[in-house]
Amino acid sequence: MEYRIEVENLNVYFDELHILKDISLQIPKNAVTSLIGPSGCGKSTFIRTLNRMNDMISTFKMDGTVLLDGEDIYNPKVDVVELRKKVGMVFQKPNPFPKSIFDNVAYGLRVHGISDKDYLAQKVEESLKAAALWDEVKNILDKSAMGLSGGQQQRLCIARTIAVEPEVILMDEPCSALDPISTTKIEDLIHKLKNDFTIIIVTHNMQQATRVSKYTAFFLHGEIVESGLTEKIFIEPEDKRTEDYITGRFG
Amino acid sequence: MHRVIPPKIAQKIMTGVFWASGLLTIVILLVIIGYVLLKGMPALSLEFILGNPIRSGRSGGIFPFIMSSIYVTLIAILVATPLGVGAAVYLSEYAGENRIVKLIRFGAETLSSIPSIVFGLFGLAFFVIYLGLGWSVLSGGLTLALMALPTILAASEVSIESINKSYAEGSLALGATKWQTIYKVVIPAALPGITTGVILGMGRAIAEAAAVLYTVGAALMIPTSLMDAARPLPLHLYILATEGLSMQNAWGTAAVLVIMILIITVVTNVLVDRYRKKMMGR
Repeated sequence: MEYRIEVENLNVYFDELHILKDISLQIPKNAVTSLIGPSGCGKSTFIRTLNRMNDMISTFKMDGTVLLDGEDIYNPKVDVVELRKKVGMVFQKPNPFPKSIFDNVAYGLRVHGISDKDYLAQKVEESLKAAALWDEVKNILDKSAMGLSGGQQQRLCIARTIAVEPEVILMDEPCSALDPISTTKIEDLIHKLKNDFTIIIVTHNMQQATRVSKYTAFFLHGEIVESGLTEKIFIEPEDKRTEDYITGRFG
Repeated sequence: MHRVIPPKIAQKIMTGVFWASGLLTIVILLVIIGYVLLKGMPALSLEFILGNPIRSGRSGGIFPFIMSSIYVTLIAILVATPLGVGAAVYLSEYAGENRIVKLIRFGAETLSSIPSIVFGLFGLAFFVIYLGLGWSVLSGGLTLALMALPTILAASEVSIESINKSYAEGSLALGATKWQTIYKVVIPAALPGITTGVILGMGRAIAEAAAVLYTVGAALMIPTSLMDAARPLPLHLYILATEGLSMQNAWGTAAVLVIMILIITVVTNVLVDRYRKKMMGR
């Protein structure tokens, strides 16, 4: 099997707090991997380590290796801007910019120096289509993204991420602020996107993990208890703690 | 517990008190503006606004003073806005919570409570004499810039701080640099608040007599260069009133000043409102 991301013996600290403990995990290419576990177990910290969003926190310290396509992303020579182009992120709460729908999707391309109008228009259309939002917004591209519903905003954020053609998309509980219908739309979208992107999704929703992902990793107190095929984790978990969590006995 | 006033009655009384304070504020404002306009009205005419002063302003118009006001205020805003917004960006986005930051903030707060006549004296010593700029539009404008600076800085900082941190995260996650994020996302989102700060600073600068008293001179002609002496409206008003040249023209000048400030405030409010609606989509 081909892996997009390989994490080996990763430890993360904030000041003296040991948040992630000796994490090793391999993320298969062009598939969806779910990260599950109770709140505060380190899932979000983990995915924010993969696009170096934790760098902004002054107390952040880490050791171990994180390889993207075999290259260490914490190598001092790595350009964080280039890394984040390859590893996009969708946040828990939809966070479109207070700009027009068009400018939101074009933003990533523009900051990377693309200004050709025809090319931008074409990429914006492609990305909105890929995010299953085009039909709803094609006539209001110049209107503010803040006027869209929460579900539309989240799909816009996905379109914005797709537009810069990342290899990996990190999703940090992308549906937790959305209603069930919007959630279904996002899940359908994830199904569509998994052929072209490697997707890592943090979720608190067990059903969602089984619906969208091929692989699952179960986090507890900063460690990975168990990881592997989603079916295996949910039908015959090896660890008692995994079983307790997925059957709702704690968490 | 024995209650003297039943809660429902207390609620009604306090609602009335707050309502009355709100109303009183508006009434005071309207009375002052109305009184100034009423007293100034007899002096107001096209010749008064567009004419040159005759016999030191005893009669004739105030056009050179209107232009003086516009020039010194423009200089003040052009100098103070980049400085104030730049410092606000530094304080809210780059600097952590350290002693230098606290010192800058303390400095700005102190600066905003220094009496304007002290700014005037400082302007005289520093710009007029030490830098050799003389009594000029430039000296007056720079002195006013110092006065407007803390207002613009404080309003910009509050506005930038209040911008949702999730916008910046979204931008950085797309591979934007910190500067791109500030320039393309944070500042546009904070622009309504920054503009309000600039308008407050402008209001402070345009209405100032004491700070320009020792710095711009008291010329009667339209300044044609930065180094020319000038006489902004508040200063002209002060001279007319203290030297008893013409009370009627003093009121007329006051009315013009009030109208100018009203126009600036209303126009920017409309523009800011429109921008905000476009940005937020409602």
